[in-house]
Amino acid sequence: MSAPTLPLNSDLVAAKNDSAPAIIFEDVTLAFGDNEVLRGISFHLPRGETKAVFGVAGSGKSLILKLAMGLIRSDSGSITVLGEDITHMAEDELYELRRKIGMVFQESALFDSLTVRENVAYRLMEEHGVYDEEIDRRVREALRFVELEHTLDLNPSELSGGMRRRVAIARAIITQPELLLYDSPTGGLDPVTSNTIIELIMKQRDVYRTSALLVTHRLQDAFTMATHQFDRQTNRMVPLPSGTHCEAPLSFLILRDGKVIFDGDIDQLATTQDEYIREYIS
Amino acid sequence: MELISPSDLAKEKVQTVQDYVLFCLQAVANVFRKPLYLVDMVQQADTIGVGSLPIVVLTGFFTGAVLALQASNTLERFGSITLVGQLVSTSMVRELGPVLTSLMVAGRNSSGMASELGSMVVTEQIDAMRALGTDPMKKLVTPRVVATVFMLFFLAIISDLVGLLGGLVVAKLLLKLDARQYWYNAWETLVFQDMFMGLIKPVIFGFIIATVGCFYGMNARGGTQGVGRATTQAMVAASVLILAMDLIVTRFLMATLSYH
Repeated sequence: MSAPTLPLNSDLVAAKNDSAPAIIFEDVTLAFGDNEVLRGISFHLPRGETKAVFGVAGSGKSLILKLAMGLIRSDSGSITVLGEDITHMAEDELYELRRKIGMVFQESALFDSLTVRENVAYRLMEEHGVYDEEIDRRVREALRFVELEHTLDLNPSELSGGMRRRVAIARAIITQPELLLYDSPTGGLDPVTSNTIIELIMKQRDVYRTSALLVTHRLQDAFTMATHQFDRQTNRMVPLPSGTHCEAPLSFLILRDGKVIFDGDIDQLATTQDEYIREYIS
Repeated sequence: MELISPSDLAKEKVQTVQDYVLFCLQAVANVFRKPLYLVDMVQQADTIGVGSLPIVVLTGFFTGAVLALQASNTLERFGSITLVGQLVSTSMVRELGPVLTSLMVAGRNSSGMASELGSMVVTEQIDAMRALGTDPMKKLVTPRVVATVFMLFFLAIISDLVGLLGGLVVAKLLLKLDARQYWYNAWETLVFQDMFMGLIKPVIFGFIIATVGCFYGMNARGGTQGVGRATTQAMVAASVLILAMDLIVTRFLMATLSYH
């Protein structure tokens, strides 16, 4: 039985109407030489949903994101992103599709020769035809979202690890993409900074209802996202009353030995009988 | 240490050559595709061209000077020391100007490109660029290739000129030759074939420097150690390719330009 949901604030951006799932993986395999990393991965990410991807190190979590972004090609199977089959899509067409997707890399991957402003504005500057005033306004808006407006003219090397992740999030969301891919956004960060990052991801989820794949090795991050909701009045995440779920759905995908061993919501996860998963989440 | 079978090694080398050729074709094809990234080209031209100017001027000057000094020793034995200008001029314009300039620029920029792009690869900045909808080949590689080819052409001309000046200084101060006669001999001896050979070489070498540097950079793997390896390999490969190509181009041009 599904738990009751909490309504979102009335002025929230409406969820995308498109009914096609944001991501569909069907029997995707990938090997590097003799090492078969992904073995028949299949899952759907419905629009507006956030899916947290778990697995031990080397289980191929980050590869799923790179495959969804078209940065690497699968050996077999099919991948559909935002309604377009990217399995055999030409690189030039992929560049068009990638404009609708934002990605936060594991180590932020900020351009170290550019300032924070230039990093966040990169996509807009590449698009051409966007006026400087418009770029400046949107950069400030994106940096305000991650509460780093004061870092505008700093270089990435002058920022802490947590601040770099937040700038990477600002860079990913500046064009309000339809899909966000987070690659271990809290990896290597202290618990307080990790919470700040999770709060930002939650803010993006609850305010803009962006579909997202969240790769993480920290189970508590996903549980925090499942049990909290972003409150626009206080600009902070607040715990949901016991037994309620946020309107923006969150699901879990667990990988083991290159295969999906679990794909479901938190209730299904809590009641699973799989020994490995029970040990993993305990 | 794991031993690699000769056939695997051969396959790997052939694969690398094939990848390099495809990489070069893509870099050239991008010149005719939008966007062109003119600002990046100008920035690279400044870094590669203007940045390499001091080293090219110094190399050219001392090469011309030592060439005049070495030549004087031999020419004096035949009573033809006045031909120093001719010898310095043809050697600098046809061979030493383009080759030494290219080797200097390869040492400075081929390795620089490999380390810069290699660092971007291992820190996922190249992936981030692709994820943000930009083709790194268009944004990073093509501007470097165009800028290097363009600037090396002019750097070689500057090197030739400074080399002749170096020869002039030695001829005037050490060999006590007439400066006007040196300059007249140096200028008059040059023919169209010399100039053509001296100007076509930096274009070819510039292409080698940029494509080799970018190729090794874009294919760097294995963290900082991999970047270091790519940097060294780029400089060595570019230098060897320049010298090998110099022989081929010289032989080809001598055959086609009716050298006597």
